[in-house]
Amino acid sequence: MAKLRGRGIAAVNYPTGMNLGGDPSQALIHATTTGNFVVTLSSVDLGQGLRTIMTQITAEVLGIAPEAVMIDTADTDTGPHCMGTFASRTTHRVGNAIIMAATEARKVLLDVAGEELEVAPEDLETDGTGRIVVKGVPGKSISVQDAALAAHFKHGRTISGRGIYLKPRSYPDFETGAMDPDSCQAHACTIAEVEVDTETGDVRVLKLISAYEIGRAINPMMVEQQIVGGSWMGMSHALYETTEPYYPNRAHGPVDFLGYLMPGPADIPEYDAVILERPSTNGPFGAKGIGEMTANSPIPAIANAIFDACGARIDDLPITPEKVLRALDAAALAAQP
Amino acid sequence: MARILEDVFTAERAGSFQAIGRALPRIDAHSHVTGATRYYADRIFPNLLHAVMARSEHHHALIRHVDLSAAQAVKGVARILTHKDVPNNWYTILKLIGLGPDEEPVLAEDRVLYRGEPIVAILADTEAAAREAAAKVKVEYEELPAVLDVETAILPGTPAIKPHGSNVFVYEGRDHFHVHCGDTEAAFREADHIFEHSYQSSPIEHAPVETTGAIAVPEPGGRYTLHSNTQAAFFTLDNAALILGLPFRQLRVVGGTVGGGFGGKVDVIVEPIAVLGAMLTGRPVKYSFSRGEEMQVSSPRAAERIRIKDGVAADGRIIARDVRILVDAGAYSRHSPYGTIKAAAHMPGPYTVPNVTINAWCVYTNRTPSSAMRGFGVTIGDFALEVQMDRIARELGRDPFELRLQNAYRDGDLKAHRKTVEGAALVEVIQAAAERIGHPLSPECRAMSSCQRT
Repeated sequence: MAKLRGRGIAAVNYPTGMNLGGDPSQALIHATTTGNFVVTLSSVDLGQGLRTIMTQITAEVLGIAPEAVMIDTADTDTGPHCMGTFASRTTHRVGNAIIMAATEARKVLLDVAGEELEVAPEDLETDGTGRIVVKGVPGKSISVQDAALAAHFKHGRTISGRGIYLKPRSYPDFETGAMDPDSCQAHACTIAEVEVDTETGDVRVLKLISAYEIGRAINPMMVEQQIVGGSWMGMSHALYETTEPYYPNRAHGPVDFLGYLMPGPADIPEYDAVILERPSTNGPFGAKGIGEMTANSPIPAIANAIFDACGARIDDLPITPEKVLRALDAAALAAQP
Repeated sequence: MARILEDVFTAERAGSFQAIGRALPRIDAHSHVTGATRYYADRIFPNLLHAVMARSEHHHALIRHVDLSAAQAVKGVARILTHKDVPNNWYTILKLIGLGPDEEPVLAEDRVLYRGEPIVAILADTEAAAREAAAKVKVEYEELPAVLDVETAILPGTPAIKPHGSNVFVYEGRDHFHVHCGDTEAAFREADHIFEHSYQSSPIEHAPVETTGAIAVPEPGGRYTLHSNTQAAFFTLDNAALILGLPFRQLRVVGGTVGGGFGGKVDVIVEPIAVLGAMLTGRPVKYSFSRGEEMQVSSPRAAERIRIKDGVAADGRIIARDVRILVDAGAYSRHSPYGTIKAAAHMPGPYTVPNVTINAWCVYTNRTPSSAMRGFGVTIGDFALEVQMDRIARELGRDPFELRLQNAYRDGDLKAHRKTVEGAALVEVIQAAAERIGHPLSPECRAMSSCQRT
């Protein structure tokens, strides 16, 4: 009986957007009189942080400070259509819709600023903090707030924009399976280091090391948040979770968190991750979706690490201590002459 | 914080940004961790009714009789909803994208196809009264044999549990979804090694902190506001209106702030009952899953059984891959016919294999319907693919990083579903991960690139 350590690798790809497309989302943007911008959506934040990501995309296109952006979601009476939060689609779909809406709003903003400054709008640039400046003339500028006030009270114009993103639906050929099922693919490689207790069958995940390629990290801290959360879920899928512990037998189904086990704080491994960016041709600033995939590569990496540690090859999730012990017994039996 | 590797794809990622790429703290972090964020259930409505479901005790049974008298006598019970109250009781969630037919009842009629299937909904002044009454609903059943195993379900002699006469979803006249390219059988004959292994998963719960729920509130003018933790506001509005026979304009969904979803809040289950209750009583109605319901009745991640047969050349190239996927949809379709196509579209994984056959069945069994969950159609496939890759590497005495690099897809390669690969980066993430742990790669592997095959 011993505690044996092993290492396993897995590499995966993951599609961005609803399989086969046809999943549009819209965004509406308008400026308040004092130069803040409201982005109206019907998209849902499940905890992934879409308000922050959409704020950054809006601020980038309009050239204003993120603090001047307000995300208003989700009310179907006021928000334009969003297909929903799934399929790692929100950053890609809604982000693109916002780029379109913000581009339209930015044009009006610069038109008005140009009239106020008596220059052509193409001679203007935004400084990202709330001022619109004449290119090459740092002293000649107008604040976004003054431009917004002028637009409303003086020029009678709305600084607003409409945006939509739709990847047209692909219909598969049912003879061959030919289809266009994704907008782009993100990639990951995860290495798991585990320790297997051959007496109890207990598996401890010691470390998860990953490299993720996600097109463009709109916010690297929130990318990391997805990697950490997904690693935990992947580890939990690999070793702990099921609603039917003796599937396909329906007995012993857990009904609370005493029976439905998940890793606690003491079980959480050390994480290490790096991000690669290969911008996609169709994502906002090249971004691909990272939401779902972070749970995927840890599962086979852990299964492979268990085999590396103790020679137990388990093809049946979750890899519970019972399955580890049975696999070790079977391996010992098979090794007998 | 996770570092961005700036020396990979340097030219492609060039650009100058002001807000993109900044590690801004998330806007709602403070309100989330201090409990100030308002979720749907934080809204208080006077005169609120609570809905609790009486559910099937059997995996498969005919309903002979439902006796509501004891339930109706419980103090505080305002109304009991049965299938007769639901204007369009039969529905299917993907009818909006044309994946029919209607095959799931909102409330059971003459039979139940899984343990936990909703039969009648109690509406009461308190949750306790509703629970007490639900426990007093007396259902007389005639038990039928249950089909719980996907392999059994698709055997020719197994009785069909579904009215359309089989235990599989029908894709345009076909009993499964199929993808192929090249000639898999011929390539198997040419292969130096054959690897054939089967992989299995069990159903998995989304386990959000906030269970699935909604409150429907009658508004002036015959409208209803749904405060919901749905992941898809309009999808919920449209499906609920179709089930209830309501003009779409009479529903309004308010949400957008959800305490964890992971795909579990994409089915439209609680909202039609809450609105129907509000329509029939004129009072606000809350219908929220208990933790036990969330775990055993709310749709889980499908269990999948995946067999992969690979033909491998002596040098490690995978020249043929045949994948058979059985997705356990449970008793009703929900999003599983879609997830099955997504599972097939994902194969053979991020590798270029010239000869591929994929056959994927969406199989009905007498268990809780499965549906969307994070990584839908892909997560379990990746487990099968990557354990298979590990087996091949070990059997052939190959470095597991290098076997993957050798077979990794590159820009310009053709996927099994005949789309050309672009924006590939599998090679680079494997190289980066290897470097992270100091795992040595051969000079050829270090020189590889996703941009071209060398």
